[in-house]
Amino acid sequence: MTEPLLSARNLVKRYGRVTAMDHADFDLYPGEILAVIGDNGAGKSSLIKALSGAVRPDEGEIRLDGKPISFDSPLDARKAGIETVYQTLALSPALSISDNMFMGREIVRKNFMGKFFGMLDKPAMDSFAREKLSELGLMTIQNISQPVETLSGGQRQGVAVARAAAFGSRVIILDEPTAALGVKESRRVLDLIQDVRSRGIPIVLISHNMPHVFEVADRIHIHRLGKRLCVINPKEHSMSDAVAYMTGAKVPDEVAA
Amino acid sequence: MSDSPDPVVQRNAGETVAQFDHHSRSLLDRTQHFLHQYPTMVPVIVLVLSLIAFGMISPNFFSAFNLSLILQQVAVVGTLAAAQSLVILTAGIDLSVGAVMVLISVIMGNLAVNFGIPVPIAIVIGLACGAGTGALNGLLVTRLKLPPFITTLGTWNIFLALNYYLSGRETIRSQTLDAEASLLKFFGTRFNLGGAVLTYGVILMIIVFAVLYYALYKTAWGRRVYAVGDDPESAALAGIQTKKVLMSVYVVAGVICGLAAWSSIGRVGSISPTSFFEANLESITAVVIGGISLFGGRGSILGPLIGALIVGVFNSGLRLAGVDVLWQLFATGWLIIFAVAIDQWIRKVSS
Repeated sequence: MTEPLLSARNLVKRYGRVTAMDHADFDLYPGEILAVIGDNGAGKSSLIKALSGAVRPDEGEIRLDGKPISFDSPLDARKAGIETVYQTLALSPALSISDNMFMGREIVRKNFMGKFFGMLDKPAMDSFAREKLSELGLMTIQNISQPVETLSGGQRQGVAVARAAAFGSRVIILDEPTAALGVKESRRVLDLIQDVRSRGIPIVLISHNMPHVFEVADRIHIHRLGKRLCVINPKEHSMSDAVAYMTGAKVPDEVAA
Repeated sequence: MSDSPDPVVQRNAGETVAQFDHHSRSLLDRTQHFLHQYPTMVPVIVLVLSLIAFGMISPNFFSAFNLSLILQQVAVVGTLAAAQSLVILTAGIDLSVGAVMVLISVIMGNLAVNFGIPVPIAIVIGLACGAGTGALNGLLVTRLKLPPFITTLGTWNIFLALNYYLSGRETIRSQTLDAEASLLKFFGTRFNLGGAVLTYGVILMIIVFAVLYYALYKTAWGRRVYAVGDDPESAALAGIQTKKVLMSVYVVAGVICGLAAWSSIGRVGSISPTSFFEANLESITAVVIGGISLFGGRGSILGPLIGALIVGVFNSGLRLAGVDVLWQLFATGWLIIFAVAIDQWIRKVSS
């Protein structure tokens, strides 16, 4: 069996008396779509935040390519090639698509103006943004310099995913990417996810939407009471099984055994 | 939504750009969208209309001399408004800019006149003190996480007190400056430009705005200032070190206040610890009329320049028309309310 690309062992995170993660494990293999599901308060977001650098676990170890790593901020995780699309999308509504795609890693001109006066290379940024959006079939957006707030919900999601896909060289984490979208827009985001996977980048998909999870995921990580309960194959289990495991109504065979 | 072709994603990347529905929009809607895209157009329109109106009322209004006089009158507050704009763009507000300006002018004057320090060095120290005041505001806002309004309300009083302490409540007279530190009055120097009489202070104001325009639109720093003002959480998640950005904004604002201080010495001619008492509010007025949103992240840096000019034009126009000074205040008040109402309306734009 191949080595996991990104893995975590025994992650613990306490907030005062609340234990959000209680020795949680996690494994993501190359090229897969791993769904993470769990009831509200099961500790999914803490797990994801630990993997994306937004939260520092109190205990435990995260490994990328088998090497232990620790993230002090989302910036560190990004530098390691882990991009996260947050549920809030983390876009600045008043700024342009291009500005948003390059937020925090802008391209500066190579010439004198760039070196000494920090002049941005807008043409390069615009053409890169346009290229990335077209790669994901999003080039129906008219104008790369239009503010993000003038886009529809699905388009914004598309921009956030395109940003992650453009820079996420190793892993892309998507937090509830379809929660705020209508049926049609969700459809497109799911297609987008599969597009990104087909380019070889593994994806962690956090979602409450069982049909979406069962449609795209290769494996499903079920989180319960702050830890990984089990990982199931969506082809061998039904949605009601998954929900039952998630809520504790049923115990999966692997765990019971 | 369901039966119109959705422009979000098309599977064929090469396919032509989808069109958004435009025909159904009313004129009002389109105006709203236009202003949303070009928020500086509001102050530009107001400025042009007020120029025309006052030009029709008083024939002298359009003389080069009068127009350049307006520029001279707004130079100090305009420069200060540039500093204020930066802070307001980050969704903050700086009530201390006026006090900082007076304090720095007192420091510059004191060092040069009373301590005999060479004037250029006194100016550099003054500008550094400006940066220091900004750093204090910035530290309080970013480290102690105090609201900018309260922070700068506090530092306003502190800087005013320091200003009275350092000056001994005494004015450094114009003749003294001429004799010992004429460089401090540099920005008051007048020159002719085809009938118009400008000061170097006017040029300074224009340069400050030009530099800020470059920094805000052409550098990564500027984009980050907007992002932090627009939505700080999103900016942080997108990898921006929001505290660093905020800190830099307050420090730059402090330096600009220092430049405004130098400029104010030239404008007034002397250094008085009690001058420019209303400069704080006047700078905020210019920023708000200039279309920068008090909620941060929106508006063009050139707006406040126009905002300052609008106030100047109203004051000059009403004075030339022989109207009582109180009506200048009255008009400015309505302008502020109008500007904020327009901003709220533009922000409600629907996509």
